[in-house]
Amino acid sequence: MEILYILVPIALVFVFIAIKVLFWAINNGQYDDLNTEAHRILFDEQESKKKPSNPGDEKSSH
Amino acid sequence: MNSAGNSPCYHCGLSVVDTNEFVTTLDGQRRCFCCPGCQAVAEAIHGNGLANFYQFRSELNQKPDSASSINYQAYDLPQLQEEFVFPCDVADDSSEPFVQARFHISGITCAACVWLIEHRLNAFDGVHKVSVNAATEQLVLQWQLSKVKLSEIMSAVASIGYVLTPASEDQQLLIRQREKRKALMRLSVAGFGMMQVGMVSVGLYAGASEEWLVYLRWVSLIIATPVVFFSARPFFEAAFRALKQKHLVMDVPVAIAIGFAYLASIWATIRATGEVYFDSVSMFTFLLLLGRYLEMRARHTNSLGNAKFTQLLPLTANRINREDVGQSRQTVALRSLVVGDWVAVGAGESIPCDGVVVDGESHVDESLLTGESSPVKKSTDDLVVAGSVNNESSLIVQVTAVGQKTKLSAIERLVENASLNKPQQIALADKLSSYFVAAVLLMSAIIGGFWWLHEPSEALWIVLSVLVVTCPCALSLATPTAHASALSRLRAAGLLVLNSNCLAALAKVNFVAFDKTGTLTLGKPSVSECLPKNGQAEDALEIIAALEVDSRHPIAEAFKPWSNKRVASQVQVSTGKGVSGMVDNARYFFGNLTFCRQIMLAMSEEHSPIIEIQAPDDRQWLLLIRQEPQTQNFSQIAWVRLEDQIRPSAKPAINACRQNHMQVMLLSGDTSNLVSQVAKELSIDDVHGGVSPEQKLDCISEQQQHQRIVMMVGDGINDVPVLSGADVSVAMAQATDLAQTKADCILLNGDLTLIPQAIQFAKRLQTTIKQNLGWALAYNGLALPLAAFGYIPPWAAAIGMSLSSLIVVINASRLSKGPLVNHHA
Repeated sequence: MEILYILVPIALVFVFIAIKVLFWAINNGQYDDLNTEAHRILFDEQESKKKPSNPGDEKSSH
Repeated sequence: MNSAGNSPCYHCGLSVVDTNEFVTTLDGQRRCFCCPGCQAVAEAIHGNGLANFYQFRSELNQKPDSASSINYQAYDLPQLQEEFVFPCDVADDSSEPFVQARFHISGITCAACVWLIEHRLNAFDGVHKVSVNAATEQLVLQWQLSKVKLSEIMSAVASIGYVLTPASEDQQLLIRQREKRKALMRLSVAGFGMMQVGMVSVGLYAGASEEWLVYLRWVSLIIATPVVFFSARPFFEAAFRALKQKHLVMDVPVAIAIGFAYLASIWATIRATGEVYFDSVSMFTFLLLLGRYLEMRARHTNSLGNAKFTQLLPLTANRINREDVGQSRQTVALRSLVVGDWVAVGAGESIPCDGVVVDGESHVDESLLTGESSPVKKSTDDLVVAGSVNNESSLIVQVTAVGQKTKLSAIERLVENASLNKPQQIALADKLSSYFVAAVLLMSAIIGGFWWLHEPSEALWIVLSVLVVTCPCALSLATPTAHASALSRLRAAGLLVLNSNCLAALAKVNFVAFDKTGTLTLGKPSVSECLPKNGQAEDALEIIAALEVDSRHPIAEAFKPWSNKRVASQVQVSTGKGVSGMVDNARYFFGNLTFCRQIMLAMSEEHSPIIEIQAPDDRQWLLLIRQEPQTQNFSQIAWVRLEDQIRPSAKPAINACRQNHMQVMLLSGDTSNLVSQVAKELSIDDVHGGVSPEQKLDCISEQQQHQRIVMMVGDGINDVPVLSGADVSVAMAQATDLAQTKADCILLNGDLTLIPQAIQFAKRLQTTIKQNLGWALAYNGLALPLAAFGYIPPWAAAIGMSLSSLIVVINASRLSKGPLVNHHA
């Protein structure tokens, strides 16, 4: 059971990292619009076929 | 009537009157549209290779605004751009500088709209980054001005059916965004903390040996610390603020419970004896924050914060150079106008300033002062106000006031004052909690004193268990959970509540004031009667529709259902009187009685007899007359009466208000006798016609002084001050953005009967809240004496707390089901 003395602090470090990453994502604006991002993956699936051959299009906005 | 094919418009889903009128073949499919606007937008979307949009979307589009004809060239003036276009750094090898601008987009209905706008704009060479936020309806764009002009971007977006307006660095919006992000961070820390402490406390409760107990307590202390100091901070801050102002609000017991439970647990951890409550603290914080976050999201979804009075004004003005011989015109930014300048206002443009007409004659829509959309005639020496719309022909106006001195600004100040004086209803829970907190603190002191005298070593523990057991979990959840389910129920019924504080006032409303145009009536004229004198009514209406087809006058709208059946040539419009034109080789005249009499007097030849014309009754009738091609004789074809029709739901709504002992008042800016006519039809006795925005507000304040709780239902800009001043305000869905911003609720489907129902429902909501509070108080009241005698072990306290909260939540969720009003009740 002594292993808990190491494992629990390691778990705490992971929690700390997870919260840091989440904070970064929030401050990056990734959670500002929850509805659109949930749908976006559905849109992009078929997109490559019918995309117009416009030069500016290659720049991604995501 | 027309053979109405009921197929919906491909773009906006409205029913199409004539399926052969606006038709386009898109991707091999025949599509029909309701209007040329929808047709143009759909063609533009397909033309840009973005046809997938129609598969992606989950909501139908809004009908595109006729405002797509806005002249975006003005936005290319550097003078205008300096307010919202800023240079920005972009990691790109291009040597051309990038700029960034923020816009407000109107017309977004679902996530596919975001896809569409982003793809349309990404198609431009020189656009670096497009990010659209559907929740706040904001677009942030980074691009190279040297490659794409701002006006090109804005008209490209307009062509696919959305309208961009520049949003300057809006402080309100930034604060809101920061608030939202911060709330999410607090929630996530509390969530992580709750789960971790929960895992650790399994070990604690499962009966670890003494050595491990100490270790696990320290671990949960470490995890719970950020939860208390970071996540629960808003509760401490609010409680501190309230105490400083000598108030006791719900946040005070919450802060005391969290603070004391945390401190007691630290004490237990350091002393290595007693109970730790880190798990309860974290879970309690998380649940409270979750409730608040969900409520905040619901409030922010309909973000209309962008609507401002200045948006009613054009950005530029056409200044006339009077010193110049040729009177050359120059487009200047609005703020460089000064008193005394002459400006030209074209047909369909907004008037940029208060002023006096020096040349020209036209009809002006002054709905911002009166709420009436029927235009007022303006000629030389008449006064015009900023923000009103010039309908017909161009006017030259001498500026008498600009900026802060205009009447429009006066209305804006009125709104500010009204919202400051708006009566606040104190939430029931806050009122109760002040007694509750006082009682708990008093009891703890007495209990503590008692034990201190008899058994000092136990005193601290007993006091703490009292405080933890009386943790106002259920009490603080009682109101927000009931509010949340009431909001979703009302929204499903068609009433969007923007300000949940108004729910308390809604239950007490006993005086309802309605605006006339656009609220009790539909807000646009339609043909209510057609008396043919010669031939069929249908033919007459088709002829009139042909004559009016190109007219900008609001009356022309009424004949839209009959348009495109016949064609008129040589159409002449006599401003404010009538129209004439050739249809099927005969000349027709359509207008009011005076117009037709004048025409007949002027054009009859000596030998032709003058026919006597008399309107059917003393209401406002329009007449269609026909001049025979051979004999030049005139004959009456048909009398037509136009009326702004009363909403079908108005009468039942007003009756329902009366049945529930509410007084009803009609407040209208309209001066005509139509006000009394509408009042008579709806049997409203308390009628105020021709009142200015200030007088409307005064009417309401007078009622409020008589201790009445006033609800105002309105739609126009002239209603905005009174909407801000009423206890509860409801704006119609078609209302101007400004009215919607200042209102507490928005009536989404225009069904007025929802208003009395919502008031009844709010009463039910108050009952539920009272039940919840009663239960929570009963639980706490029962637990308190038991805890005081030291009978409650921690596990029992934990179960009791969860159970009491659960009952509160279940009771609240009953509101979100079933009909709005229990008729048998």
